[in-house]
Amino acid sequence: MDYAGVVTLEILYMIAFLVLTSAGLAIVFGMMRVINLAHGEFVMLGGYTTIACSRAGIDIYVAMLVISPIVVGLIGLVVERGIIRFLYGRMIDTMLATWGLSLLLIGLVTLIFGNSAVSVPAPIPGYQLGEYQMGGYNLFIILVTAALIIAMWGVLKFTRAGLIARGAMQGPDVVASLGYDPRKVYMITFTVGAALSGLAGGVLAPLTGLLPSAGGAYIAKAFITVITGGAAVISGTLSSAVIFGTINQIVSFAVHPVLGEIAMLALAIILLRLMPKGITGRFFRDGT
Amino acid sequence: MTGVVETHELTMRFGGVVAVNAVNFSLQERELRCLIGPNGAGKSTFFKCLTGQYRLTHENGRVLIRGTDVLGWRTHEIVRLGVGIKTQVPSVMNGLSVQENLWLSARRIHGWAGAGGAVDEVTAELRLGEILRRQVGELSHGQRQMVEIGIVLVQRPWLVLLDEPAAGMTGDEVERLVGVIRRINQIASVIVVDHDMGFVRMLGSRVTVFHQGSVLVEGPAEQVLNDPMVREVYIGNRAA
Amino acid sequence: MTAWQSVGRMRWGWFLLSSAVLVLLPLVTETSTPTLLLIWALFALSLGIMWGYAGLLSFGHSAYFGLGAYTYAIAVVNMGESTAPLLLSMLVPAAVAAAIGAMMFYGRISDVYMGVITLVVTLILFKFMSATAGDAYVIGAARLGGFNGIPGFQTLNVPGHVEISLFGLPTYYICAAALLVCYLVCRWILARSFGRVLIGIRENEARCELMGYNVPACKTAIFTISAAMAGLAGCLFANWAEIVTPRVFSLGQAAEVLIWVIVGGLGTLIGPILGAIVLGYVKIRLGEQTVIDNSLILGAILIVVVLGIPRGVVPAVQHLWAAQGRWARRRGAKDSGARRRLGIAAEERS
Repeated sequence: MDYAGVVTLEILYMIAFLVLTSAGLAIVFGMMRVINLAHGEFVMLGGYTTIACSRAGIDIYVAMLVISPIVVGLIGLVVERGIIRFLYGRMIDTMLATWGLSLLLIGLVTLIFGNSAVSVPAPIPGYQLGEYQMGGYNLFIILVTAALIIAMWGVLKFTRAGLIARGAMQGPDVVASLGYDPRKVYMITFTVGAALSGLAGGVLAPLTGLLPSAGGAYIAKAFITVITGGAAVISGTLSSAVIFGTINQIVSFAVHPVLGEIAMLALAIILLRLMPKGITGRFFRDGT
Repeated sequence: MTGVVETHELTMRFGGVVAVNAVNFSLQERELRCLIGPNGAGKSTFFKCLTGQYRLTHENGRVLIRGTDVLGWRTHEIVRLGVGIKTQVPSVMNGLSVQENLWLSARRIHGWAGAGGAVDEVTAELRLGEILRRQVGELSHGQRQMVEIGIVLVQRPWLVLLDEPAAGMTGDEVERLVGVIRRINQIASVIVVDHDMGFVRMLGSRVTVFHQGSVLVEGPAEQVLNDPMVREVYIGNRAA
Repeated sequence: MTAWQSVGRMRWGWFLLSSAVLVLLPLVTETSTPTLLLIWALFALSLGIMWGYAGLLSFGHSAYFGLGAYTYAIAVVNMGESTAPLLLSMLVPAAVAAAIGAMMFYGRISDVYMGVITLVVTLILFKFMSATAGDAYVIGAARLGGFNGIPGFQTLNVPGHVEISLFGLPTYYICAAALLVCYLVCRWILARSFGRVLIGIRENEARCELMGYNVPACKTAIFTISAAMAGLAGCLFANWAEIVTPRVFSLGQAAEVLIWVIVGGLGTLIGPILGAIVLGYVKIRLGEQTVIDNSLILGAILIVVVLGIPRGVVPAVQHLWAAQGRWARRRGAKDSGARRRLGIAAEERS
């Protein structure tokens, strides 16, 4: 019974991890059809921001939930103005430029923080589930992610900003016909996406030692999750995260952690082959 | 007598919408037929079922081209039978010149050696000589349509399927097109899909009218175009 | 200039000159670094023929490079002689590419989604190979070695004479020969109808299909050829490094080859080659110092190129040269000579 509880929590955690680290990329992809391959580095920057703030004495919750998103959001704004906005409509070029950006950011962070791992302790202690020692912080991550999903859904469904966002998913002309400048909308969207990536990085910072190259671990899974999910931001990311998270953990527990990851990757190929436009390209059409 | 094209109970559904509803259609050798109908009537969907752009399964009915069941066939396999296809959206290679487009098409049938001759013939027929060396991306919409027709013709198909060939063409070009289609019809069977009644009238062939996925009426152009039922179906759309 | 015309004709003069330079180079420098650069150039060429001409972007081309390297190592440990392993190092990646390619192209996967799938393939290989530490992971006599890879296998030998091992200078010449031969193969492909069709597929896939060409088959074919070349590069890399590690499958390796091709020039053959050589050299030099981080420079270069010279350096230079040639002609330069030298088709004038 306890073992079932452990597995369930681990699955939920994996799903939350995927959603959290993919949210920023999903928004930017879903609304702007831009693939930001520097997304992993945005997450990493969020982590470094939180660690730096925490070391400076700022409360860690403020650092991860407020400061990291703001800082990385601003970085995202600069990136959008400086690079992305020249490449709209050119998906492959955007991928290449953002890949270059990711290398650049890794280089910069290595220059500033050096190559050894930095870390910050988890603010929530572990607890006992039967005879298993669980990380309490994982629960926090699950909760934050759930709150994030609900918030995103709420904004998209009920606010005017959400309406504009949903219009943007259909295309820039829809936005224009609503009376808004698509370029401004895209600028804000990218900034918000970056902020979410920063949030993810901040929240995940206490988990392990952070290296400049940490972004690489996030981008591959996020990329796969988002593309397989398809263009619908919430339902797409959520569906693929659920599928991948579950498979990853079940195979990890049943056989071997590495095989769990490989199973997830192989599954991605199968899903994409069966549904070339992603899960939500096929089943969901309303854009949320 | 089996026709060049025959469909038996051809049906195509998208979700809950029945776009083509159990259509039985037949086209005889060397016949020229126009498919018309207002937007959403199903004529373009029907067209795509013939061209392999929608891959058919047994649930969709049967499509026979010169007696061959093309169920599940891909587009290039149907083209290799000897069918020429011009799609609704002009599909040409913008980065290549007119001549290169024609050559690539000709080469598949005539081989490297014979392609040049076939290209010359089509160039003369369609009067593409002036724009032969120009990059297709720089041409007007109507010119691109004509180039696409050239791409189709250079393979000397015995069945030609044209979806809205006159769209974007000037009055002169349309007249030339009508002549071209009539000339093609002397050696090939032709299906033209369009909703421009004026163009259809100029062609003066048998007409099949689509409405809500089914065939509403079929007959000689003048008779069909003057049919009150057909006019009623077109109310709100651009009637001739 | 149309897409076909920009393919240009085979410039034998440049080719023979380059060959001569390659042959004579060992007289002036050591050969270890140039060998590596040639291997990278071959790897870049393999991606360039596929991406630049057929429009197929493989995000994880390192998969075939790595498969070539690993196949050689495993095979030579098991067989003791290097001729068959050399061939296998091309066949295995080709077979894998054929399978994956057919799966993708017959399933109408393209663009971004192809990018994801090819990326995932190299990731799977990376993760799998990294986890194969321990005695349990063996293929025949070869231990896969996990993250540490497979060290100390024998290098290429003269076919039939196991005792004559090739290392150092001979390896350099083998790599140079491989690059030159593969370049010729690529030129040959482009001169044939197959090459024209590939460019047609890049230009308008639907129209190619409507002309009756079997597009999925063509794509699978070029993908397979490209993988075989990448595999050959991988095999040569294994010989140069004398060790294969999972790093050959890494995202970093996949990114590097992409960067070489795009900076060098998409849509040319010489572009990827030069891109690999120049950027590879820069990377080696940068790696020797620690002041400025390697990634920073490469990243900055990539951003600048994508923003400023999206077609890559070589096409930009060709463009400038062509423009200058036109200008010179208008000033009355000798027509036929100038045009032949610039390799511009006669039709381009109109």
